[in-house]
Amino acid sequence: MTPQTKTPKRTAAKRAPAKAQKAAAPARTAANDDIGLDTRLELFRRQVEIRDCEQRAYDLFLQNLVKGTSHLSLGQEAIAAGFAVAMQPGDKSFCTYRGHAHTLARGVPMEKVLGELMQRDNGLMRGKGGSMHLTSVEHGVMGSYAIIGAHLPIACGSAWRAQYLGHDDVAVCFFGDGTTNIGAFHEALNFAAVWKLPVVFVCENNLYMEYTPIGDVTAVEHPAADRASAYGLPSIVIDGNDADAVYREAQKAFAKARAGEGPSLIECMTYRHSGHSRADPGKYRPDGELEDWKKNRDPINIYKARLAEFGVGSEQIDKIMAASMEQVDAATEACKAAPLPPEDILSTDVYADGGWAWRN
Amino acid sequence: MAELTYRDAVARGIAQEMRRDNDVVFLGEDVAKAGGVFKATVGLFEEFGPIRVRDTPISEQAILGAAMGAAMTGLKPIAEIMFSDFLAVCFDYIANEMPKSRYMTNGQVKCPLVVRTGNGAGSRFGAQHSQSVENWAMMIPGLKVVAPSNPLDVVGLLAAAVRDPDPVIFFEHKSLYAMKGEVPDGEILDTLGTAKILRPGKDATILALALMVPRAMEAAERLAAEHGIDCEVIDVRSLVPLDTQTILGSVAKTGRLFTVEENPRLCGWGAEIASIVADEAFYDLDGPVVRITTPHIPLPAADNLEDIVLPTPARIVATISKSME
Ligand SMILES: Cc1ncc(C[n+]2csc(CCOP(=O)(O)OP(=O)(O)O)c2C)c(N)n1
Repeated sequence: MTPQTKTPKRTAAKRAPAKAQKAAAPARTAANDDIGLDTRLELFRRQVEIRDCEQRAYDLFLQNLVKGTSHLSLGQEAIAAGFAVAMQPGDKSFCTYRGHAHTLARGVPMEKVLGELMQRDNGLMRGKGGSMHLTSVEHGVMGSYAIIGAHLPIACGSAWRAQYLGHDDVAVCFFGDGTTNIGAFHEALNFAAVWKLPVVFVCENNLYMEYTPIGDVTAVEHPAADRASAYGLPSIVIDGNDADAVYREAQKAFAKARAGEGPSLIECMTYRHSGHSRADPGKYRPDGELEDWKKNRDPINIYKARLAEFGVGSEQIDKIMAASMEQVDAATEACKAAPLPPEDILSTDVYADGGWAWRN
Repeated sequence: MAELTYRDAVARGIAQEMRRDNDVVFLGEDVAKAGGVFKATVGLFEEFGPIRVRDTPISEQAILGAAMGAAMTGLKPIAEIMFSDFLAVCFDYIANEMPKSRYMTNGQVKCPLVVRTGNGAGSRFGAQHSQSVENWAMMIPGLKVVAPSNPLDVVGLLAAAVRDPDPVIFFEHKSLYAMKGEVPDGEILDTLGTAKILRPGKDATILALALMVPRAMEAAERLAAEHGIDCEVIDVRSLVPLDTQTILGSVAKTGRLFTVEENPRLCGWGAEIASIVADEAFYDLDGPVVRITTPHIPLPAADNLEDIVLPTPARIVATISKSME
């Protein structure tokens, strides 16, 4: 290809605002109150808890109390909350290294999550997993996968088991926009479609993979939705910063899956406020882009306004926020006081007999 | 008691486990209606139907990923990867996902599944369809690795693999599929991690795996007849867990150890065993441990070239008789 024939790529910055307008929330009339106040309060509570817990994780990282790496989803809370509130207790969720939000959203206690980030004995996996591998089988959180795309086929397997045994749980699989360019994405989508599996694939399009705008490395504008038709699926793009929109779409996809009508692929438009991982200040983003998203499209601000429209007073909102902070504080103190994992767990659970022996 | 081929033994082993346990399901490319490219799964589709025996797209990652997802949530899948060379296409699941999930989650996630695959040379298929790659799997903590050499072991070890709570990679040798052997009627269940002494002997120990087992047996007979060297032949059968006791016990008796491997020389399983014996039984040895392997080259397709690469009974006889002089 000669330089002349190269068409300039549209940057994420140019594209993003248009997208959000297109996906703007519908007019909020009483007739539109299909969600109900209790559910709305729940959606709000979970978003706030995720935000507070992740912000605390960042503070703890600055104090060198959170070790290794960590990937925050500040700004993406509406997706985790919207899906988790729509899930049934038996549903299984699969997420990525950016999985704190999805883990918390399903009701895993903050102390367990922060404890794992701080690699203490009270953590979800007693420090054997780390922030990129949060798992709580008890809560249906079937793991956080650090190899891009690996969990999409795995989620298919969980859905296959449900289909085979006649269980009605759904496998929900969260991943980023960058993941849509890896082979496993395409294998999983085709596999799920031909086997009609009860699995819901959720692309969190935060406009960047690590440091590169997704538009620079992807041939289509909507990396997930534009490819859906290749697998016989409808193209779905929603405003991922509006928890109501997410919740509604999740419910539709779950109903379809439980009815035996197969998988869904949903692309949620969103934006991460922080860098890719703890080491990344996110300097590659155009001036004003982050500020615009924070000011105009922060999911928590959107939701506060939403609640106000539905008549929730600021007192009630403040109460929810205060309760969340209390939880974060208590969890932080518990984790600071927790011991490091004992060395004798080093070689446990390599094999099913509980040990690591590979020879007699 | 019936005479079965190695390929029929595969189908027999799978069928035995599927009859016993409804949670056992089977998936792979061309495995259902077509009965597998090696015809090792003929009859399963007819007996168990399309819900339990499922054809997949050509999607090795999806096959192993789905097997893993099903295993961690309650089923006991058997997944076929047609040629073991293709494990590289889904190596993430072999190296990072299946074997690590239990450890990383502090024991919360279980992954009881079997990956069956056609391994090894002898069919003139060339460098991408002929490799012996059991060493790829052996080095990964969390996996179990099995490679049977005869129909009876296929049924028993396959049953043991299906019932094992850990992920097991089950290497079937392509050049053994037509081999025949007696297999008793009724349920057969073997034990992983047990090597078998196939020929007792007092002068030297020969360790072999899969296709190398019949070749080592033939070599042992010739060494006895032509050179008066009485070799003990051990079928290793399982690399993880490894039956070091049987191996070290044999070396203590014979004082000499030869390994016969189909892997390229570098980092083959024989190197690991040589190291164990050097560490733990050095004073039992009357001479160096000698590894008989393929050279460190990709496999050629031409039959005369492929034949030179693989250890033959003649090469085994020559190597052992020379080093025993
Ligand atoms: C197979 C693989 N390749 C590369 C990486 C390194 N890596 C980690 S995160 C990431 C970007 C992923 O972007 P996206 O899917 O959009 O998810 P996001 O981080 O935005 O949530 C990359 C390239 C990896 N973990 N796995």
